[in-house]
Parts: sequence; structure tokens; C-alpha cells
Amino acid sequence: MLTLPGELRAAIIAHARADHPDEACGVIAGPAGSDRPQRFIPMTNAERSPTFYRFDSMEQLRVWREMDDAGEEPVVIYHSHTATEAYPSRTDISYASEPEAHYVLVSTRDPDEVEFRSFRIVDGVVTEEKVRDPVDAAPE
Amino acid sequence: MAIEVRIPTILRNFTGGAKSVEGSGDTLGVLIADLDERYGGLRERLVDDSGLRRFVNVYLNDEDVRFLGGLEAPVKDGDTVTVLPAVAGGAR
Repeated sequence: MLTLPGELRAAIIAHARADHPDEACGVIAGPAGSDRPQRFIPMTNAERSPTFYRFDSMEQLRVWREMDDAGEEPVVIYHSHTATEAYPSRTDISYASEPEAHYVLVSTRDPDEVEFRSFRIVDGVVTEEKVRDPVDAAPE
Repeated sequence: MAIEVRIPTILRNFTGGAKSVEGSGDTLGVLIADLDERYGGLRERLVDDSGLRRFVNVYLNDEDVRFLGGLEAPVKDGDTVTVLPAVAGGAR
């Protein structure tokens, strides 16, 4: 399960809408080992493409170093699909390289309804998980 | 001669969990081959038939080695090499 404050969910969706029709991408960092996403870090999509994303390599180095210095890790790695469903594609799965991260997918294919889903991707296996806002009552 | 090489989470199974290892060599290619002697299988994750793998970022100090000659990039004592798998994906 991904526990994600509502304002961070909204920030991801706003980023995806703003970059549509290109794919948007980014990270939410949190204290290492905490599984708590706290710090929203939108990233440049170096591909600037409606069907592919890639973090700019120097921006990734800077952000990864900052997280390391701050005792953080990437808790959420998010990106958007602009014409397909919010589900990890074959390339999403093959490039997933942070086994501890929650992979959030947003689809902006519908201008009125956003799709927002979260997944674990470990050793090529995709498992969907629920997303909850910490202010809501815990599920039974 | 010691060159520090920072290993990303996903490759630490090759280094017994170590996030940083040391190696030697006068180019990045030689350094990677040196590491592979102690951490077998690591090289194959970094290099393919055409050189450094496309979706692995390798940095020498503060620069992306793609701009320094890739596997031919000269390295020296005191340098730090950082490996970060590219974060990428797409619609298909």
C-alpha cells in the first residue's frame, strides 16, 4: 500500500496535466526506510515525448546526491501515460530499477477524469497496490 | 591506486550489499573489468557489445562519461565513479 498525502497526489496530477501531451515524470523523496513520501521533486523528461520518458542524466545525479546527503530515498517514482492506461508498460517494467519504490502511474488520456494507480515492480513482476491518504481512517 | 565506485541499490547483490567499492585501471573500461574480477557479473550489467549500456548512467566525478569517451574515459587515483540506472519508461 502507498500512503500518500492528498497534496502530493494533487501535485503529481497537476504536473501530469501541465506536461500533457508529453509524459511527465518525477520523484517523491522520503526518509530512507520510512516508506513516507514527503518531498515532491518534478523532473525534466529529457525525451519530451508523448510516449517515452527519461530523467535527464545530470539532473538525476544531482537529485540522487541530494537525497543521499539528506538521508532520503526515492519513495515514489511517478510518470504519466498520455494516451494509454495507467498501468506499467513493458518498457516501464524493464527499466524499473528501484525495487523499494512505489511506481505511480497517471493517465491523462481523458481530459476530465484522471487515472491514478500505484504499483510495486520487483524483478520484472508488477503488483498493484492501494493508495491511501493518511488523513483518512485506516482500512479495516 | 584506488578509485571509488558507487554502486546503485539494484546492483548491490553483486557486491555483497556494498554501496561503494574500490577498483583500479587507467580507463573506465579497465576499471570495470577489474571490478568484474572481484564482483563477477557486474560488468555484464554495465557493458554490452556496443560499449556502456544505454540505460545505465555512469558519471566520473561530476560528469556523464558519455561526454568523456565512454569506456575510454581516462580515470585516475582519487576519482569517484557513480553508477545510476536510468529512470525511464514509456507508453509501450
